[in-house]
Amino acid sequence: MATSNQTTLPPVVTMSGIVKRFPGVLANDHVDFDLMRGEIHALLGENGAGKSTLMNVLAGLYRPDAGVIQVNGKTVNLSSPRDAIKAGIGMVHQHFMLVPSQTVTENVLLGLDEPRFLMRLSEYDDKIAELGKQYGLDVDPRAKVWQLSVGEQQRVELLKMLYRGAQVLIMDEPTAVLAPQEIDDLFETLRSMTAQGKSIIFISHKLNEVAAIADRITVLRRGKVTANGLPAKGVTTQELARQMVGREVVFRVEKKPAKPGEVVLDVRDVYAENDKGLPALRGLSLNVRAGEIVGVAGVAGNGQRELSQVICGLRNATQGEVALTGELVSNRPTLYGIQRGMAYVPEDRTHVGSSPNLSVTDNVIMKKYRKPPISHGGLLDMNEAGRFAKELKEAYDIIVPSVDTPVRLLSGGNLQRVILAREISGEPAFMVAVQPTRGLDVGAIEGVHRLLLVQREAGSGVLLISEELEELFSLSDRLYVIYEGRIMGEIQLGMEEPSDEIVEKIGLMMTGTPLDKIEKEAAA
Amino acid sequence: MTETTTPQTGPQAGSFRIKLEPRLQEPPRWYPVAVSLGAIFIALILGGIVIAFAGGDPFLSYAHIARASFGNLGVISDTLVKATPILMTALACSIAFRMKLWNIGAEGQFIMGAFGASAVVLAPLLSAETPAWIFIPVMMVAGMLAGALWGFIPGYLKAKFNVNEIISTLMLNYISISWMNFWIFGVWSEGGFQMSPRFPRTAWLPRLLDYAETFPILRGLTTHAGLLIGIAAAFVLWLLIYRSRWGYEIRLIGDNPSAARYAGIDISRNTILVMMVSGALAGLGGMSEITGVVHRLQTSPVAAGYGFTGIIVAWLAKLHPGVIVVVSVLFGALILAGREIQPSGVPKMIQGIILVCLIASDFLLRYRIRIIRAGSEE
Repeated sequence: MATSNQTTLPPVVTMSGIVKRFPGVLANDHVDFDLMRGEIHALLGENGAGKSTLMNVLAGLYRPDAGVIQVNGKTVNLSSPRDAIKAGIGMVHQHFMLVPSQTVTENVLLGLDEPRFLMRLSEYDDKIAELGKQYGLDVDPRAKVWQLSVGEQQRVELLKMLYRGAQVLIMDEPTAVLAPQEIDDLFETLRSMTAQGKSIIFISHKLNEVAAIADRITVLRRGKVTANGLPAKGVTTQELARQMVGREVVFRVEKKPAKPGEVVLDVRDVYAENDKGLPALRGLSLNVRAGEIVGVAGVAGNGQRELSQVICGLRNATQGEVALTGELVSNRPTLYGIQRGMAYVPEDRTHVGSSPNLSVTDNVIMKKYRKPPISHGGLLDMNEAGRFAKELKEAYDIIVPSVDTPVRLLSGGNLQRVILAREISGEPAFMVAVQPTRGLDVGAIEGVHRLLLVQREAGSGVLLISEELEELFSLSDRLYVIYEGRIMGEIQLGMEEPSDEIVEKIGLMMTGTPLDKIEKEAAA
Repeated sequence: MTETTTPQTGPQAGSFRIKLEPRLQEPPRWYPVAVSLGAIFIALILGGIVIAFAGGDPFLSYAHIARASFGNLGVISDTLVKATPILMTALACSIAFRMKLWNIGAEGQFIMGAFGASAVVLAPLLSAETPAWIFIPVMMVAGMLAGALWGFIPGYLKAKFNVNEIISTLMLNYISISWMNFWIFGVWSEGGFQMSPRFPRTAWLPRLLDYAETFPILRGLTTHAGLLIGIAAAFVLWLLIYRSRWGYEIRLIGDNPSAARYAGIDISRNTILVMMVSGALAGLGGMSEITGVVHRLQTSPVAAGYGFTGIIVAWLAKLHPGVIVVVSVLFGALILAGREIQPSGVPKMIQGIILVCLIASDFLLRYRIRIIRAGSEE
């Protein structure tokens, strides 16, 4: 059916030559994309590849710097979500935009011009129940949103768009928040919608899902299209993985061969839940030795955040344990690990790693203020603290007018140096660094990398959790790949650049294929 | 790009537009002081306009206020007496606010402090013949303990069950008033009057007039030792907040609880402790007020709203203990002088205008105002 439409009807949506720049980033670089009536078109790519940006352009949230958008063959100017929905395009965001205390019907009607004055909600309840039945979106219109499961809330978002007459539905990583059973339900709904003539854009970075649901696939990498509208049948997952991860010229950092010593961190079969109470880690094991950098690769949201938190005692493990130099640290107060040489460079520099309105001095003593020379008895020695801060400012090239400056005024790179200076100056036995270079410029990235290597040479173990493969390749001695809270496999990295074969393996693991399965298939 | 990243307001009137930019650098040290003084000046002008509309002469009124609160030794002393309870409740609020615990219950903790101190005399825990050097410290401890208990309850509820402390502290205020009335109207009533018997002399805080025999100039001055206790408390609090390990933890939690958790600080424990210290300071205020001024337990002079004024003073002083001492004296003056010119109305209004102007002026500390002429590039 899809093929006959292709020849007779113009695409529902055509985007050509879309360019979108953000300060310092070219998020979309002349991207072409088209969507046929009644198809599910998957948009695949790593985090930061530009998928969401492209779709936000189509949903009227961003205005492109260049490029043309056509809907049903006519050029349109989408300057707000209202324009987009008028053109029949609706987006379901990853984070739902619902009012928890209101009913499903009230949420669907929110922002519309109807009902005009009297609410007569029961009439609308029936209308919405009808609409739900038509597309297999089973949800009670009278239920309050807070009573609904995440899957049901997603259906409300879909109903909102369908009620507004959307012909094209953009789903931004719809499965990220769903349980496996809910994913099956969603896929069924999506199929029933396309059968009734709706078209769907499905943003994802999970290969198996894309293979299960999509008719065609477009792959983005670093803002550019690497595969345009490939038919999903006949394309191998290996090929997709390669298109998605790609090969970049790896920027190598000078490093000496590793001299791994004792195991400093041992994570044994750990299970943990995320903030929503859904499983985030499912039997994860890994270890880090003294004097090596161990990378954890994976697409964001596969349990990296929870892993770092369990290790540092900021989140409890529901099963399993974490040992630091042989001592149990999981499910114990954060302080327990800190006192035994645990350092942590959190992903969120401003909300977790530092205290924005406190001075540089106050920020660098965060883990040292309990002991001499910074404090004696209950009193802080502010002179000593200031001296310590000045020492770090010199040693780590922190550019700041004075150590009394609040850290909110520091640039990202400088703030990261403050955090690294603090963590490294504690001479930790082990350090977790999560996305330590996110959002930094090239110079700052180099500085952070150098500091991590100094840490390794000083004989401490480093667990580097990152979404930047390039960074992991240039720094890590070993690499684990995480997917949905499990380790898919472990790869030894030598001093030389990893081969294409290894990169492909990593790409496959990042999208859900365990290493042993890959190797079995390769052997067969 | 700038349109999306910086807030923009103001008239887009043809020739120029006003743009607000977040400050990227710390302003010089004198700047916040200058802004605050400027805000007070503007507030006085606005207040003057209102006084003029009400048919008064703004200059005469302000001169009268100044005379009535600072005009001679006698009124200065009265100003300081008024400032003392405000000073202590403001200190109480400041430590809680520092940790972003919105303790609205300094009023209730103040009352409980007054009750606790009274209980020492009235229960009686100590006989009326006890010498002052035992009586006063015991009453201080009792007042602080009672206040701390009144802070512990909302602190514990917040730490264990995440009960909103604004509501719980506010409600505890009403309970404390009823509790005090129960004792005044019944158990400790003096001959059916709604007040307790007078405390023995040894349970009074020393006042300046006590030394009038040696220094005749002090005759009639009612400033009492509570002021010294308050100033000492301000100093201890400053030391605690800015120079102690615990104060560092409080500042860190107040600024960024996630970072505090990351640094291994126990937030629940600190929530309870800070609420208790806050309550104890307010309780100390209650103790000082009844032993220094009222000399008996009686509803109206004790539950006079000092706890609420303390919230405003703490906020205006940006929670700094030293500044709280100064602002408390100014508020003491406003309360005293206010009664001179009008029982209610204008003085409260001036207070309100000053408060609004000062809070609004904070904006200038965080943003810069740039005027961009049409045609010129940014």
